[in-house]
Amino acid sequence: MPPGSTQLSGHRVAERLNGALPGVVVDATDEWVEVEPSRLVEALRWLHDSPEFDAAQLSNCCGVDRYDHFVMVYHLQSLDLNHQIAVKATVADHENPALPSAYPVYKGALLQEREVYDLMGIRFDGHPDLRRIFLWEGFPGHPLRKDFLGLGNLSPGLARFPFEDREHPDRLMNPTGIRRDAAARTASEQDVPDDWRGVAPA
Amino acid sequence: MTFASEPYVLNIGPQHPSTHGVFRLRVAMDGETIVDMDMIVGYLHRSMEKLAEERTYTQNIPFTDRADYLAAMSGNLGLCIAAERLTGVEVPERAQYLRVIFAELQRIASHAMANGTLVSDAGAWQTPLLYMFREREKILDLFEMTCGARLTTNYMRIGGVAFEPPPEFWPALSELVDELPDRIDEYSELLTDNEIFLVRTRGVGVISAEDAINGSLTGPALRGSGVPWDLRKAEPYDVYDRFDFEVPVGRGGDVYDRFSVRFEETKQSTRIIKQAMEQIPEGPHKTQIPLALRPEPGEVYGRVESPRGELGFYLVSDGSPAPYRFHIRAPSLINLSLLKQLAVGSTLADAVVTLGSIDIVVGEIDR
Amino acid sequence: MSSDATSRPLPAAPRPATPMLRQILEQPTLRRAFRGAPLPVRLALVVVALGFLAVNVAIGALVVSGRLDGHWYDFRDLGNATGGLAAWLDDRGLGPWLSYWVTALIGGLGILSFVGGVLLIGTWVERRLLAKFQIRRGPNRVGPFGLLQPLADALKLIQKEVLVPLGADRRLFFLPPILVFIPAMLGWGPVPWAPRMAYLDINVGLVYVVAISSLAVLAIFIAGWSSNNHYALLGAMRTVAMMVSYEIPVSISLLSVVLFTGSLQLSEIVAWQATHNTWLAMILPFALFTFFFSSTAEINRTPNDIAEAESEIVAGFHTEYSGMKAGLFLAVELGNALLVGALVATFFLGGYTLFGLEEWVPPYLILAGKISAVYFVFVWLRGTLPRFRLDQLMGYAWKFLIPLSIAFVGISAVEASIFARADLPGLVVLGAFGVVNAVLTVVLVRFWARIAGYEAPQGDLAQPRLTTTVGGLRAAQRLRITR
Repeated sequence: MPPGSTQLSGHRVAERLNGALPGVVVDATDEWVEVEPSRLVEALRWLHDSPEFDAAQLSNCCGVDRYDHFVMVYHLQSLDLNHQIAVKATVADHENPALPSAYPVYKGALLQEREVYDLMGIRFDGHPDLRRIFLWEGFPGHPLRKDFLGLGNLSPGLARFPFEDREHPDRLMNPTGIRRDAAARTASEQDVPDDWRGVAPA
Repeated sequence: MTFASEPYVLNIGPQHPSTHGVFRLRVAMDGETIVDMDMIVGYLHRSMEKLAEERTYTQNIPFTDRADYLAAMSGNLGLCIAAERLTGVEVPERAQYLRVIFAELQRIASHAMANGTLVSDAGAWQTPLLYMFREREKILDLFEMTCGARLTTNYMRIGGVAFEPPPEFWPALSELVDELPDRIDEYSELLTDNEIFLVRTRGVGVISAEDAINGSLTGPALRGSGVPWDLRKAEPYDVYDRFDFEVPVGRGGDVYDRFSVRFEETKQSTRIIKQAMEQIPEGPHKTQIPLALRPEPGEVYGRVESPRGELGFYLVSDGSPAPYRFHIRAPSLINLSLLKQLAVGSTLADAVVTLGSIDIVVGEIDR
Repeated sequence: MSSDATSRPLPAAPRPATPMLRQILEQPTLRRAFRGAPLPVRLALVVVALGFLAVNVAIGALVVSGRLDGHWYDFRDLGNATGGLAAWLDDRGLGPWLSYWVTALIGGLGILSFVGGVLLIGTWVERRLLAKFQIRRGPNRVGPFGLLQPLADALKLIQKEVLVPLGADRRLFFLPPILVFIPAMLGWGPVPWAPRMAYLDINVGLVYVVAISSLAVLAIFIAGWSSNNHYALLGAMRTVAMMVSYEIPVSISLLSVVLFTGSLQLSEIVAWQATHNTWLAMILPFALFTFFFSSTAEINRTPNDIAEAESEIVAGFHTEYSGMKAGLFLAVELGNALLVGALVATFFLGGYTLFGLEEWVPPYLILAGKISAVYFVFVWLRGTLPRFRLDQLMGYAWKFLIPLSIAFVGISAVEASIFARADLPGLVVLGAFGVVNAVLTVVLVRFWARIAGYEAPQGDLAQPRLTTTVGGLRAAQRLRITR
């Protein structure tokens, strides 16, 4: 994926982070840097305080269920330097997931972590007010987990779009142009040149 | 001499005139002062993020209408920007201009609503609200003639916009844009010099710049605190880098600052629309894309400046037509991070005004 | 194709593009209905209008000729009729008690029917006026111009079930809607509608009015307490606190009126203003303001309607009332506004007199016009102003209104004694007092505001800064420094 125009390279962040806190980085790509989950708060605090990265704001945090483990994604941003850093932490235990809370560093994690706890079931140690937020206490399960409602060997998701044409997977989605000759076009479509056929992604 | 008094619990909401939807606050009060507060949301939870995992990217666009139902265009735009970065679909230039025009119109409509309800919360019996509804109505009429819907527009598409505006759209738009600055000044006269409104809002619900940044506040709530942060300038999407506009920044971080920043932003939006109307080129209004987009496995975090703040979409693809993970970074929810800190210690009347100034949309909080 | 979208040839007159706009434009209007009516109907309407004019001219001629003066059928003063009736009954030798009771009953029924009728039409007026302020149309479906809307509302409210919340004190809960009605009706007693037309023209009318108006607080507190609801209780507490605070400025501001007129009798106060050809409002502007503002607090009107601030405590003390009981509260609210209008008109605006015009038109119409004018101001305020916070309102009463009112009582005492002793023509002295008091009001208000440490909030100083560069905390600090 092309990183956002202001997104920092994960390699660069990893290099500096590892230099300051040896052993904290687990993995890094162009887009993100993955840190040791037990030292997450330490890493976040260093990124928050370092003048080079100045990650002043926790822009977004959310969890992703990968069937056998969870990944927490933190999007930090520096307003002064105008860049974005994606930090990830893996929660290996799928049965009883837990992670240190980012609340001591970022007050903005208060409600976001409650949301993740509610829908994904990851506990955040050190969170001052960890309760369910959207669903009521006692709701069975955590809906955003992929195994919610015990689907067994059926996995959620959409393997094939129902109206997708197997024979012509590149069939274009065009509710206005195709199957209509020029005379039947509406007034607003008259402006489209006839030789224009649009661009399909490679 | 002090009297011993016992706090009592007051349930504000879920049905209450000033909670702007089914939002509930349980406040413990000592006389008129709030000593503790708990916010209870989720009455409008529709599990969008779960449902989205079984729908294609295009099928997910209507969800964004229903999340922030007062700024459906911005929601559409946010998802389309994220999905376009995920799939690499190019957007024709005319479509980008149309997107800017509609997103800015939506911003004016949304800010009009936000400011109107804020003044209603401060006790003006609906007059400013209905004044601001006048222009909002005209904007919604423009939406209706373009895409047939007034609130849940479902207008933007991955790779462009759904329809070309009809011919009568352009004269109506230029008429609206010409009269908008006068109308905004009219509202300002009604409210900016109104001393009662000033004493109700100045110095109330103050958020410092440090707190605002650390508490993940975005949008007018952050700018009201004096931080000049606007994604349209910081990370220009579509063609925002071609327009000449300014970012209004508040002075003290109180309710009045957030209110006046919104006012000023509507003026700037008018400027942007004017420029976009002059610059808009001819051409197609969308790219044709396959029926089912199958992006490469990967992830993307796309964000736009919605009227309420940074509206982000975190999409994870596993190569199937539906997103593997679909997360909405909802500014309405996250802007409430500091609500408890603001409300505790203030009076009930101030807390209501503060909540109004943060401008929540419950559909977006609960999703 | 040109690159400029706006330079395209535009349709000359775009039709309203949306169904809703078209529907609005197709709504019937009065003028269109008149033009569309058949010729006989139009002619009949014109004849009716001309006849109305002719009747008015005839009445004017009757008044000029002096044939009405003092007779029982003198419609300019209905007091003549009741007085004539009493005299007639006395002549029949049926005892003084009968003539007293008959005239009292007529007067009481007159007030009740007037207030009742005005309550019905008043809600319509208020809603239509607010709609005009708010660029809406207001009620326009039930009856002509929606005039029957209040009747329909009342019917609906009467049909509705009266709910009693769990845990409410049942007996107390049913009392307040009736209790609040009593002072609202009694307050009309001493208001003079014409020279001999006052139901209860007692010589302590002013004290009576102040005393009666403070009774309502009891009913409101009972309502708030018996509802077993926190909103209601909060509203009741606010009301009590506010009534206690604002009764003091009301009484003090009326003291100046008494000092000048030398009487507590309402008809005497009006007569004083008539004989001196002046309004007390011109001489005592600050007293008028104090009375008006404090009255808005006492009867819960904007900007002081914190007792039933709907955005904070839903409906205040009558949150739990449903059906016609809530309707009674709302009616009393409106009736109180009219009563305050009558009192302001009587104390400060010359009552039923209008510089000699009362010789020509029935004076009760003049008073009704003045009441309507004050009521219009109430509606105007409601349509325009936000509401104060409780502590601001309390502070305003105790720190500002009461000290300044006391100062102005002293000033008017001095002026009243000068007026009593001076040999100059009354109008000159009173005119001078008016100018002096207006200047003094401005000076004293500013002086006291400075002493009390109050600074007017400057809206224009708080306008947002504009910037084209973005940034975080450091940029925020830079912005703060540079401007």
